[in-house]
Amino acid sequence: MRVSSIYTFAVLRAARGPLSFLVLASALALVWEVVKLLGGEQTDAWTPPFRWKIASDLNMPHVWDIAAAFAEPAQRNGPPLGLVLVDAAIFTFREAFGGFVIGAVLGLALAIVFVHSGILERALVPYVVASQTVPIIAIAPVVVIWLQAGWLSVAVISAYLTFFPVTIAGLRGLRSPDPRALELMRSYAASPRDVLVKVRMPAAAPYLFAALKVAATASVVGAIIGELPSGIRDGLGGAILNFNQYYISGPPKLWAAIIVAAVVGIGFFAIVRVAEAIFLAGRLGRVET
Amino acid sequence: MTGAVVRMRAVQKVFGGGADQTHALDAIDLEIPKGAFVSLIGPSGCGKSTLLRLIGDLTQATGGTIEVNGKSAHRARLDRDYGIVFQSPVLFDWRTVERNVELPLEMSAIDRRARAERARAMLALVELSGSEKRYPWQLSGGMQQRVAIARALSFEPALLLMDEPFGALDEMTRERLNLELLGIWRKTGTTIVFVTHSIPEAVFLSTRVVVMSARPGRIIDVVEVDLPQPRNDLTREDERYFAFVTRVRERLRGGDSAQVAAKTRAAAM
Repeated sequence: MRVSSIYTFAVLRAARGPLSFLVLASALALVWEVVKLLGGEQTDAWTPPFRWKIASDLNMPHVWDIAAAFAEPAQRNGPPLGLVLVDAAIFTFREAFGGFVIGAVLGLALAIVFVHSGILERALVPYVVASQTVPIIAIAPVVVIWLQAGWLSVAVISAYLTFFPVTIAGLRGLRSPDPRALELMRSYAASPRDVLVKVRMPAAAPYLFAALKVAATASVVGAIIGELPSGIRDGLGGAILNFNQYYISGPPKLWAAIIVAAVVGIGFFAIVRVAEAIFLAGRLGRVET
Repeated sequence: MTGAVVRMRAVQKVFGGGADQTHALDAIDLEIPKGAFVSLIGPSGCGKSTLLRLIGDLTQATGGTIEVNGKSAHRARLDRDYGIVFQSPVLFDWRTVERNVELPLEMSAIDRRARAERARAMLALVELSGSEKRYPWQLSGGMQQRVAIARALSFEPALLLMDEPFGALDEMTRERLNLELLGIWRKTGTTIVFVTHSIPEAVFLSTRVVVMSARPGRIIDVVEVDLPQPRNDLTREDERYFAFVTRVRERLRGGDSAQVAAKTRAAAM
């Protein structure tokens, strides 16, 4: 196999994901409407055999009503909801991306420190694990008080969720090389830096990408939650809070915001997935079988 | 220059401490002359791999002195005086074949062009020209081990340490690689220390076979194999070759007589 064909193969493989995602999303919409058909509200043309409270138009707006909500103005005489949500999504994605980068760098740095120092690992890893048992809802206001409300504090709150998987997977990955590989490096009189850069890091790459995919979705959740105590209204967190409060006057709006939030998370995941496919292309024979 | 590439005096290696301590190696005196092909053979647990690792400064002796190239084993490692090949090829699957061979050279100041040139030359030496851009997982086990040999030779070291390098390969591949290894040895003039548990392999390859016994690991005999060079497939049918195989086998039996005799009886029945 030529190297270029390996890359084409990798990209094609990566494209399979979005395609199956679209199929799945359509199937979900279909199930949604079938439920409404069976237990939803009565119309002129159709009387459902059952009456389920959950299938009411308030609880489960029609898929087309949600779709239409994107085109309607969010507020009277305002821009359409779709545009508002796209702006909010970009805003939140920026925060999430910041959190992702901070978390990835911090997580990897911790893993590198731990792999080189057994004492620090034993001393600090319990705290790293414990940090994840404290709910982010409790941490977020403290971060906002320390750093003041703004883009950075949201990114830090988001990083709180993202560094952990990177540290754990990174530690595992940095330890994954065959002991013989490390002896080989020793026989070359390699510096610790060479061992890290030429053996440990490349060996850890598949583990790190697995963690970065988790971190990508977690960073979006972290950013949305981080917006709430910060009082930031421009992002998806603000939008969700707002449409939640006025749910009665327009149920499809909240659903639209939820869909956009999901799309941001999935999109971020997909970006990491494509980066992984390109970066690990030469190793597909080993990694993907 | 003649002289010993490896010189070991009263070397001892003890693992663990107190009641649990095991004598992996005891009273090892060994000299390996420049250009020799020396095999270490013995039952498992005789410390032959440990002996190899001591020469490579991958583990430290608990007694005695080890000199490699006239300096301490530690100094020799830092000077990259030896290359090493393990039983598994230990190739890095994110690197192409040529980048695997270049890896040791990346630790030194050799520039990129010279590195690539050296890698090509070494791959030609192990008859893998044309596979430079392939990835390790696209190669057979025998080819992977050849890449490992090319990598070990990339520094053109004075000494090549091999720890059962063909142990995981099938018999046919193994015999072919034995021949190729002899060719490389002749061409490069590298001194080779070769750990094996195969008596025919040890005799076929070596100018000298070091026979060891287990618990504690000791050298019980050194057999000079003066079969004519260059050796080839006909060597394996030579009467004197069989005589040497028998001799090494008897020495091994002497080192662990009860066990070997029992095994021989079992095989005869």
